[in-house]
Amino acid sequence: MTDQTTDTTARPYKTADSAKKTRSRMLGLTSRDLLLFVIVAALTMLAPFILNPFPTNSGLAQFNGGYPDLMQRFVIFGIFAIGFNILFGLTGYLSFGHAAFLGVGSYAAIWMMKLLTLNVIPAIIMGVVFAGLFALVVGFVSLRRSGIYFSILTLAFAQMSYALAYSVLTPITGGETGLQLKSTDTPLLSNLSATEIGRANLFGIDMRASYEMSVGNWLFTFNAGYYIAAAFMLLSFYIAIRLFRSPFGMMLRAVKSNQQRMNYTGLNSRPYTLAAFVISGMYAGLAGGLMVAMDTQVGPERMFWTASGEVVLMTILGGAGTLIGPVLGAGMIKYMENIVSKINDSILHQWFAFMPDGIEDALVFVIHPFIGKGWHLTLGLLFMLVVIFLPGGLVEGGQRIAAVFRRKETKATSVESDAAKQQQHPE
Amino acid sequence: MDAFILQILNGLDKGSAYALIALGLTLIFGTLGVVNFAHGALFMIGAFCAVTLQKILTLGFVPADSASAATVGGFSFGSAKETTYVEYWFGEAVGSAIVDWSVPLAILFAIPVMMLIGIIMERGLIKHFYKRPHADQILVTFGLAIVLQEVVKYFFGANPIPTPAPEAFTGSLDFGVLMGFDPYTIVYPYWRLVYFVFAMGIIAAVFGFLQFTTFGMVVRAGMADRETVGLLGIDIDKRFTIMFAIAACVAGLAGVMYAPINSPNYHMGMDFLVLSFVVVVVGGMGSLPGAVLAGFLLGILESFASMAEVIDVIPGINQIIIYLVAIVILLTRPRGLMGRKGVMED
Amino acid sequence: MGILEVKNVGKRFGGLQALGDVNLSVQENTCHAIIGPNGAGKSTLLNCLIGKLIPDTGSVMFDGNSVLGRKPHEINQMGISRVFQTPEIFGDLTVFENVMIPCFAKRDGSFRMHAYESSDSEHDIIAQAEAMLDEVNMLDKRDVVASSLSRGDKRRLEMAMCLSQKPKLLLLDEPTAGMARADTNNTIELLKTIKAKGDITMCIIEHDMHVVFSLADKITVLAQGTPLVEDVPENIKGHPKVREAYLGEAEV
Repeated sequence: MTDQTTDTTARPYKTADSAKKTRSRMLGLTSRDLLLFVIVAALTMLAPFILNPFPTNSGLAQFNGGYPDLMQRFVIFGIFAIGFNILFGLTGYLSFGHAAFLGVGSYAAIWMMKLLTLNVIPAIIMGVVFAGLFALVVGFVSLRRSGIYFSILTLAFAQMSYALAYSVLTPITGGETGLQLKSTDTPLLSNLSATEIGRANLFGIDMRASYEMSVGNWLFTFNAGYYIAAAFMLLSFYIAIRLFRSPFGMMLRAVKSNQQRMNYTGLNSRPYTLAAFVISGMYAGLAGGLMVAMDTQVGPERMFWTASGEVVLMTILGGAGTLIGPVLGAGMIKYMENIVSKINDSILHQWFAFMPDGIEDALVFVIHPFIGKGWHLTLGLLFMLVVIFLPGGLVEGGQRIAAVFRRKETKATSVESDAAKQQQHPE
Repeated sequence: MDAFILQILNGLDKGSAYALIALGLTLIFGTLGVVNFAHGALFMIGAFCAVTLQKILTLGFVPADSASAATVGGFSFGSAKETTYVEYWFGEAVGSAIVDWSVPLAILFAIPVMMLIGIIMERGLIKHFYKRPHADQILVTFGLAIVLQEVVKYFFGANPIPTPAPEAFTGSLDFGVLMGFDPYTIVYPYWRLVYFVFAMGIIAAVFGFLQFTTFGMVVRAGMADRETVGLLGIDIDKRFTIMFAIAACVAGLAGVMYAPINSPNYHMGMDFLVLSFVVVVVGGMGSLPGAVLAGFLLGILESFASMAEVIDVIPGINQIIIYLVAIVILLTRPRGLMGRKGVMED
Repeated sequence: MGILEVKNVGKRFGGLQALGDVNLSVQENTCHAIIGPNGAGKSTLLNCLIGKLIPDTGSVMFDGNSVLGRKPHEINQMGISRVFQTPEIFGDLTVFENVMIPCFAKRDGSFRMHAYESSDSEHDIIAQAEAMLDEVNMLDKRDVVASSLSRGDKRRLEMAMCLSQKPKLLLLDEPTAGMARADTNNTIELLKTIKAKGDITMCIIEHDMHVVFSLADKITVLAQGTPLVEDVPENIKGHPKVREAYLGEAEV
């Protein structure tokens, strides 16, 4: 049982009296949630600094993650995972086909850019709308079943979408090679010369525009695309907090807890789950639209079921059903993917150079399969380890550590520690 | 008519593979109550058993008399003609026959390997997930599947490895002549025929085992009502392990024999897994005959959907037919074709 | 004309006639007990009333409307709540949330997309839920996760959940089964208080005769899927048919 006071989903409600007093809340959030939101906002806004802790010319620079591509991926996959968590974390319905909505969002967005305007806003809106509509159809059908049947239905839909995008719908999806902006595209509202390849922009701000700042040995990059994506992520995160704390969010947790009781309490669980499914599909569409806004291309592999598996992993790694978990998970995975893929044998040899030759070679030999192209192996292992040892994800891990410290503090008075124990193990 | 028969035949080999994998999945699900997403990886490992054995058998050296300076430590790096060890040990005729028959021989090699992998998997991992939610089981086995496929990729590379069938089976059988049609209308490769017969044999063996042995009786009872069997004081744990090993073996053997049909690559397991799950669901979760029936049905259906005439009308239908059928079946017959009441209904 | 009219209801499971021609009339604002030996079809009857099962024959009218063919949530919205034999609660949620949910269901109907309001600012719901928890003496456990409650507390919680909906008809399936004597007495007291308010109809299945005779205004004895007798408690005690079918083994 998790500690009630630190769990981000279940928490004590204010008594009727005190609730009336706290009506004047910022942004409609409780002070705790507001704090969480402000921390996340600060982290995302200052990311170019935080993710660049090492001087550019130092050997540790390879651990820096502060360049635009990676940071964009952090926040975009953060959105994807936040949305997935609304479905899986709250209702417990495990969708194994969420990448399909990401893909649909991407395709819709790139067509907007090809046909209408290179401004990213209509593209993103279209991504969200199309993904939402598609999720409505898929959800309407899939949610008639639950448990593993639901997982397999969503998987079947996603694989079908992938197959369609890969071959059948080639005129729309570009088949295997996917779609890119080309010099032959003539968006209605953008004036391009005949040979110019359009670049995504937000009311004139080029997504790829970056402002670089040199401070001593550090080089910080502030990328327009990143900040736009980050703004969307913060908006998504804010909406997710509101949703978690709303009666609607409570109903979704009721679905996960006991659907039968819910129905016998006069609540129709179907529209609740469908709404959650569509909302989470729209989040995926937003992520897909943003991806296109950043790199102006899309391919069918974005919809493959391993991509669906990845978002599941992000959510679980961070902590399903918690607010901050999916964001953490997405960041962790994308950062590790980036770092691990970059390491090669010679870097390893550098690291272990201080060891005796034999041990150095042995270490490099052991680690070799996990780095570089072996990233997926590391990912798979990580996946297993998290599910086996930390089903509640990083958030639960953090809580456990926090609980250990708290126990130490409360040892002073036995009464207090008893109370703490009671709270942690209500059984 | 002849085209019709040809499509049925074409569907048989894929159908056999689906049926065998689905059979194992159902055995594991029915007895252990575990949803095993790593089952496709077992199929893939089976195929790589065939690859491995072929590699071992074709290990060679350049005999001393014709050796040039390029020979280092018994292995040839030059252009001199290699002799495989088996040829050297058993004489050229027997040796080359052994190499030629490496795929069927791999069956003997794969049985202990798959058993061992199955036992390690069950004891080391799956055992701890009996009481966990299905979502956790799916996730942990999904992770395991990724690990297994990446390990194979590490050792064997990303490219498909051709693993030919024995010389004797490389030709095709002209079914058309046998059935009174024109020659060359229904041509069917021998090996696919072998695969179908082999699959039927395995299926028969599994059903026979379940039907006629005490062990099988306990397993069937366990599939019908796990709790009661547990209460009878039967050591379910050990039987679970053995059942898992058998299921792993079935998937592995399906993979071994499939190697000549489709050159094994590291992601073939995943490709088959998704479809096999669909097969299990269509057949009815927990129903062994359902799994086999649905396997063949979907295999044949897929082959019909790949006919040029069909594709002309509905392009790409061959890519999605199985998923479409699954969706329709799940919505109209939630228990699948032969599913029992009460198994995984919610 | 009672608030609940069961007419000629029959239900068959394969070869087993679980219910054969059941007629039952529950008067408004009374407590009607259904007793009978194990396997008499009591739970089957209850399941037919809340939409968990659909009877093969007959009709079930509640408050002038047919119940048959409606989904469980629709039937609940008509005003029927049920306490289950094994408590059905939201185990992952806190006690307080468990009681808030039925309050929402009562106020907002079977679905409302209130995704942007905060649960904390639903003052009327919070007040209702608190009052309800106070009534069942569970206010001190409001922030406990429901699955960690004792069995007795889970039952009380489930009862609080049902009562907070202010149902017209409350179905109770062995509300004191497996309870200690003291808990049973508490439950009886609680039910008596609720009954004394005079605005709720109760239909109770119970094996504990002490509970039945403390609460019931009328008793129906069910045996092998058909009602044997329907009468006031005083007459049931000495009824020869009842003694034969059921009470012969129990002390009355």
